[in-house]
Amino acid sequence: MADAKVIPFDDDRSRGGAQRPPRRRSGPRRPGDGAKARDVKAVPSVPGRGHTDAAGGAAPGSTAAGGAAPGGVAPGVEPQAAEAGARGGSRAARRDTVPEQALPPEPRGGGGGGWDRRIAGGLAFLRRRLTGEYDVDEFGYDAELTDQVLMSLLRPIYDKYFRVEVKGIENIPADGGALIVANHSGTLPWDGLMMQVAVHDNHPHGRHLRLLAADLVFMLPVVNELARKAGHTLACAEDAGALLERGELVGVMPEGFKGIGKPFSERYKLQRFGRGGFVSTALRTGSPIVPCSIVGAEEIYPMIGNAKTLARVLGIPYFPLTPTFPWLGPLGALPLPTKWTIQFGEAIPTDGYPPEAAEDPMLMFNLTDQVREQIQHTLYKLLVQRRSVFF
Amino acid sequence: MGKVVLVTGVARQLGGRFVRRIQRDPEVERVVAVDAVPPEHHLGGADFVQADIRQPTITKVLAEHGVDTVVHMDVTGTALAGGSRGSVKETNVIGTMQLLGACQKSPRVKRLVVKSSTNVYGSAPRDPAVFTETTPPKSLPSGGFAKDTVEVEGYVRGFARRRPDVAVCVLRFANILGPAADSPLAEYFSLPVLPTVFGYDPRLQFVHEDDAVEVLRLASHEPQRGTLNSGTFNIAGEGLLLLSQCARRLGRPTLPVLLPAVTWVGAALRTLSVTDFSPEQIRLLTHGRVVATRQMRETLGFRPRYTTAEAFADFVRSRGPGLLPPAALAGAVDRIAALPLAGGGGKSGAGGVRRGADDSAHHSAN
Repeated sequence: MADAKVIPFDDDRSRGGAQRPPRRRSGPRRPGDGAKARDVKAVPSVPGRGHTDAAGGAAPGSTAAGGAAPGGVAPGVEPQAAEAGARGGSRAARRDTVPEQALPPEPRGGGGGGWDRRIAGGLAFLRRRLTGEYDVDEFGYDAELTDQVLMSLLRPIYDKYFRVEVKGIENIPADGGALIVANHSGTLPWDGLMMQVAVHDNHPHGRHLRLLAADLVFMLPVVNELARKAGHTLACAEDAGALLERGELVGVMPEGFKGIGKPFSERYKLQRFGRGGFVSTALRTGSPIVPCSIVGAEEIYPMIGNAKTLARVLGIPYFPLTPTFPWLGPLGALPLPTKWTIQFGEAIPTDGYPPEAAEDPMLMFNLTDQVREQIQHTLYKLLVQRRSVFF
Repeated sequence: MGKVVLVTGVARQLGGRFVRRIQRDPEVERVVAVDAVPPEHHLGGADFVQADIRQPTITKVLAEHGVDTVVHMDVTGTALAGGSRGSVKETNVIGTMQLLGACQKSPRVKRLVVKSSTNVYGSAPRDPAVFTETTPPKSLPSGGFAKDTVEVEGYVRGFARRRPDVAVCVLRFANILGPAADSPLAEYFSLPVLPTVFGYDPRLQFVHEDDAVEVLRLASHEPQRGTLNSGTFNIAGEGLLLLSQCARRLGRPTLPVLLPAVTWVGAALRTLSVTDFSPEQIRLLTHGRVVATRQMRETLGFRPRYTTAEAFADFVRSRGPGLLPPAALAGAVDRIAALPLAGGGGKSGAGGVRRGADDSAHHSAN
């Protein structure tokens, strides 16, 4: 069913017109998804006017709901959400709002204690950092730094900029090793980072995703340091196998540079899935494979050209030319604020195969194809449901 | 009949400690300690033989004393005193060849233990995060001590093939640290300001000296029940430390240097003979290295008493405080926490703050 004709990317506008009903359908779906939307919905149960606000926000269109959550909250209607989102709200403003909604017991427990704790927590964090008393695992993953700093830095991009919508998080097992296989796109690996935030913030058991990254990542200064601390490691069978054996959640994007550096005209067409090494690693450890489809990353940097000579000189696999990139300088490196959807598909179990299955090339190719098809299929489905690239 | 153990490289701290320790084992009858220069430390009741293992005289030493166990510890990165890099390389490579040739001639030798190093894996960004004993290095070390160890291990493998009746054990040690450590890394950590490579935070693993001596002892005796002590084993303490963590625990500030400039800084430090900043050490301090120790724990049956962090803590205790002692920094943070402004009205004591911090840590964990 999902032939190429289903995806007329270039006329999103006309398709948007043809698909009015889906737009209507997606209206009510909006408040229910995403952590941020849940915040907005949970709080209005206190004051009466919150209801109207949320309802009014949802009805006119997605922009209002998406954008209003942070913006509309700040004036002091829902201090809880404001605190969760932008912690810029001053204490004075907070004092004002406290009597207004004093009735519902705050989940943080105890009036001004929240800020004290926050500061105390920050100082304790600083203390551990300054004295070096923290743990990293053998891959260099610094759980504390990732949780407290790196994720907090990525979250605004995830929430406000790309407005990532996550579906099918329940397909990620609650414990034990699993291999999440996703499509790769967008010139810079924002999709991997967003997937990491998506799993971290949405999974009921707060699991951490350990991404496998290209060797280029570990050659670049600063980047390699941050990648290791965020729990990424080199995409090789040894590391992937070791992580899966320890029961970690491993994320891999088997398309590699072919996927991330493909021209804009080939968007959402999956490239070859490497040599299928990820399948044999999963088979060897008996870990399920969770296919993951990411929609929205393809359009953040529309790559219309590739300066191959320059890339060779710089020693990088491609040098993207986008409508903005080299021309506007650093400003051109700003990704376009597309609307993203990350869908985790149903897990494909691999523990039913005999141990020698990892050596069977035919089975490996079949499984690789199965995963690839499933991701491509989901991509098409999500694209049909998408109303526009930016909303 | 007791064993006769020959130990090379006894003029170094570790060699001397090993000689003193192994004499106390009941199954050891005699210890023959060999080095080219007389040691400054005492060797207990061991017979010291001043011999250069690069010379064929070592064959005579083996035959005269009826040696049945050879512990080869003279594979080192730095010259002892006034030696040049060339002579170190010769001792490492030619010395090992001579010693192995002598062992091959001597029918009484039953066991050979070689102190190698995890340097054989090199360190490159394209390597897997954790090396097992069978991981082939992506980029072979091109020179220096790392290349020596690769060559030494090659000769040892050849010897093991030719003399299958001899139990051969190769121990690949991570960086050995401890109060008496005299390795290049220990010298590096003694600098008042640590030059680091900008944008890299290498993962490091350490072995404590005591553990190094223990594991050498374990390897030079008969294997214990259910274990096997011939083969190649990585030896490292549990866990790892990042270089930034090491610097903070030492209380020494770091000075990030851009990668191209690091070689110049290294050369300058070497010229001033402050520390030996060899290329492989720069690579270690750029990309780091972590080895898997499952074989050590499960096959060799050795459990280090010190983790990497504990070994480093012991090393830190032996050195003087740095420019930024961690205790002072922690105290400064506590003082900030005690300020009424930051700590908030009621509970201004540091204890209260720390309790609050624990609570919030729980919050974030949930």
